[in-house]
Formats: sequence, C-alpha cells, structure tokens
Amino acid sequence: MKYAFFPGCSLESTGWDFERSTRAVCQALGIELVDIPDWVCCGSTPAHTTNASLSVALPVMNLQKAKSMGLPVLTACASCYSRLRTANHTVLNDPEERSRAERVTGKPYDGRVEVRHLLDVLVNDLGVDAVRAKVRRPLKNVKVACYYGCLLTRPPNIVAFDDAEHPSSMDQLLTAIGAEAVEWPFKTECCGASLSITRSEIVNRLSHRLLSMARQAGADCLAVACPLCESNLDLRQADATKAHGAIPETPVLYITQLVGLALGLSNKDVGLEALTISPEPLLAGIGRDL
Amino acid sequence: MPDTPDWQNSTFLKEVERRSGTPVSACFQCHKCSTGCPIGPDSDLLSSQVMRMIHLGQENSVLESQAIWLCASCEACTTRCPMQIDIAAVMDSLRMMAVEAKVDLPNARGEQFNRSFLQSVRRNGRVFELGMMVAYKLRSRDFFTDAEKTGQMLAKGKLSLLPKKSGSAKEVADVFRRAGEEEKKR
Ligand code: SF4
Ligand code: SF4
Repeated sequence: MKYAFFPGCSLESTGWDFERSTRAVCQALGIELVDIPDWVCCGSTPAHTTNASLSVALPVMNLQKAKSMGLPVLTACASCYSRLRTANHTVLNDPEERSRAERVTGKPYDGRVEVRHLLDVLVNDLGVDAVRAKVRRPLKNVKVACYYGCLLTRPPNIVAFDDAEHPSSMDQLLTAIGAEAVEWPFKTECCGASLSITRSEIVNRLSHRLLSMARQAGADCLAVACPLCESNLDLRQADATKAHGAIPETPVLYITQLVGLALGLSNKDVGLEALTISPEPLLAGIGRDL
Repeated sequence: MPDTPDWQNSTFLKEVERRSGTPVSACFQCHKCSTGCPIGPDSDLLSSQVMRMIHLGQENSVLESQAIWLCASCEACTTRCPMQIDIAAVMDSLRMMAVEAKVDLPNARGEQFNRSFLQSVRRNGRVFELGMMVAYKLRSRDFFTDAEKTGQMLAKGKLSLLPKKSGSAKEVADVFRRAGEEEKKR
C-alpha cells in the first residue's frame, strides 16, 4: 500500500503531532507514504470564500504533482481532504472550470487523481481486522466520543466514504483497538472552524456544547481527525469552560495518537506532549504514564 | 440548473445563481438549513432568511449582513437542503460580491483574516501561521484576543518562527496572479 502524502500547512505547525503520529502509525501498519514534492497550500476556507478560480487551482497544483507520481493521494487533515476532493469534483463535472484551472496552473488536469482520507484508508483499504491484529496495548477502559466534524462526511456527493449524518468508520477503528466508542448525537456538529481567530466567543460556545455532550454520553476523551477541531476543543477548552460552565478536563486526541498508543508506540512517537489538556488520566487507565 | 422564473427584482437573484451555480429560486422556505446551522444563534440572519431576501432582491441587506461572514462553511445546510441548493456555495459567492461591491462590512474580521491568510500563501506557497497572525492582528487591531495562546503554542512547538517555504512558491505567486485575472472575467 503506497500513497502520495499531502501533509498540508496545519500538520507542519499547529498539528505537528498529527503529522508525527500519522507517519508513525502508517509505518507500523505497512502503509508507505511518499511526500508530494514541493506541495503547496490547498487554499482552505480563505480561498474558497475569496476567489473561486484560486480555490480550484491551488489543490489542482498538488493533484498535478501527484499525477506524475502515479499514486493515489492520502491526506490526514479533514479540511485539505475536502478542498482536494472538491477541486476534483469541480474539474470533472464542469468543463469551463476545468479549462480555467488549466489556464491558471498552466498545466493539464483531468480531475482523476484519487484522493483519500487516512481514516478511509485505515478502515476501508487496510481494514479494521488488520489493525486489530497489530494491537499490542489495547485501549481497555477508554471511553471515547468519535468526533468527525464537518468536512470528513460533508457534502456527501463529494466525500462519501461514510454516512453524512451518522458516520461509523472512526467508531469501528477505535473499537478495533480496544476502546469503547460511546454513542452520542454530535458526531458531525461543527466546532466553528476558523471562527476561532475572528470570533472566538462563538467557538467557545460550540466547543463547550460538544465537550459537555461527550461527557454526558459517558466519554472521557474525544477523538478527532482535523487539526482545527483539535485546537478548538483542546487549546480552547479552558476558555470554553470559563465562559460556559465547568466540565471535567477532557483530553482530545487525534485518531492516530490513540491508534499509535494501542500499537505500542511511545508517547513521543505520537507527539502526546503537544496536547494542552493532559491525557494522563487516560494513560493511567491503560497502565501507562506520561 | 432549472430556469429561474422572471421575478421582479430578479437581477440580484440571477446574479447569485450564476455565481454560485445553484438554484436559489428553488428554495421553498422549509428552514431545514437554518435549523442545523451552528452559527444561527449568533447571526443577524438565518440562512433561510438569506435565501428569501435574495428572492426579494434585498441586495444591500444581504451583502451588509454579518451572516455571510459568520458562516463557518460547515456544509450542514448544503447536505440537508431538500431542494439540493448548495447554500454554503451561496455564502461564498455573497462574500465575494460584498467585497467587490465594497460594501461597509459590519465586521470586517472575516475578510481581514482571509486577506492575511492568502497573502501568506502567496508569499510562501504555504501558510506561515505566525506571520499570518501578525498580519491579521495589524489589520483587525484586535491585539488582545488570544495573546496568551501564542505563548502556549510557541511552547508546544505549534508555531515556527520562520516560514517553511514551498519549493513551488514562485509558481504559487503566478497562480495567484492568473486566478485574479480570471475572476475579473467572470
Ligand atoms: S433547506 Fe433549502 S429549501 Fe429549505 S429553507 Fe433552506 S435553502 Fe430553502
Ligand atoms: S455552511 Fe454556513 S450557513 Fe450552512 S450550516 Fe454551516 S455555518 Fe450555517
């Protein structure tokens, strides 16, 4: 199994622990990642709300590079995933936009390089049985709320590896590593995304809602697959509880950090030191320390 | 896209439909989009109200609303609309139209953030977060929010002090220039 890896800007900075744990987990599971050379930013929300041509052209630049590698693309960031998939969808279905993207990038592109999210690859290419077979330290007694956020499952005509309203792939993955995935109703509710910068009080409200619902459902931690979700729920957790009422501190980990721990990787291998809310209680429950 | 009935004041409606490529006129006001919208409680207009005001040609009220800048692009509305209206795409188009029309933005932070982010990408091929944050703070003059977060993030290695430039940064700058020219032709 070999993929062209698109890390994206967040995984180089705020989400470095997501990048480190993604690489470590893929290596442990025999998934080969070849970085897309000189990849560029996907444009994220600022591009698609500012300039439609740019919002297609930036992802297309990366897809053109992947095309010459002859590999499907794998990305871990939910937002990059959405932008790359959307660009493919636009180029495939709209001939006018396709020629515009080709004019802007100066190169041909047919919209046909496959783009996969890491969660999709782990559950649907590798399969949860293969993951389970490599578990060395099952996450017994860990009750986790799987938080998919907005862009992993929406809009379903563009992403579509799981159900848009009631996804289950992350639940399957975390159950395979021994954790208990609690049922809860906010799997795909929005955390406010980049409003964290412009209107942080809204993010505080939304994050508080998510965290308290996860707690009510019996979870003692959250699993995420997006650097923006992680920082809104983890880095901003203290602000959220200050503004909207106390909740027990709730660790928020990337799926790859949880999987990595179960595979027997070290805390450093999965970048646990990057977390703001300490995962110590969770580690104690599985007989490890920080 | 189905034909738009030729309503009175439909210039704005038609322009929004053309830009967003989605049939706003098909909205029958079920409010399903608004029910699931995460920013509804903080917004001056609900998404279903935005749709109706577009029907009614209320261009200024729509383009000057907070709602179009508060939209978090979460795609819940687009996913759920029974008429397959891509409401999130409409929000994108409205933001672009508001900037082009140079309306007085009720809260310019969304636009200032976009500009700071894209400037960073244009220069480096990738986002240089610390530089982008400084540019945004200077534009918005919002110096105090999250000042202590920056320290926390630096301590956790989440912000680098220097940009990690892409080897394709020069091509990215060209792509920005050509994309700007293409937008003018739309
Ligand atoms: S969900 Fe669709 S049809 Fe219903 S109010 Fe919203 S835009 Fe209109
Ligand atoms: S995409 Fe925007 S308008 Fe639609 S539900 Fe999300 S925040 Fe609301």
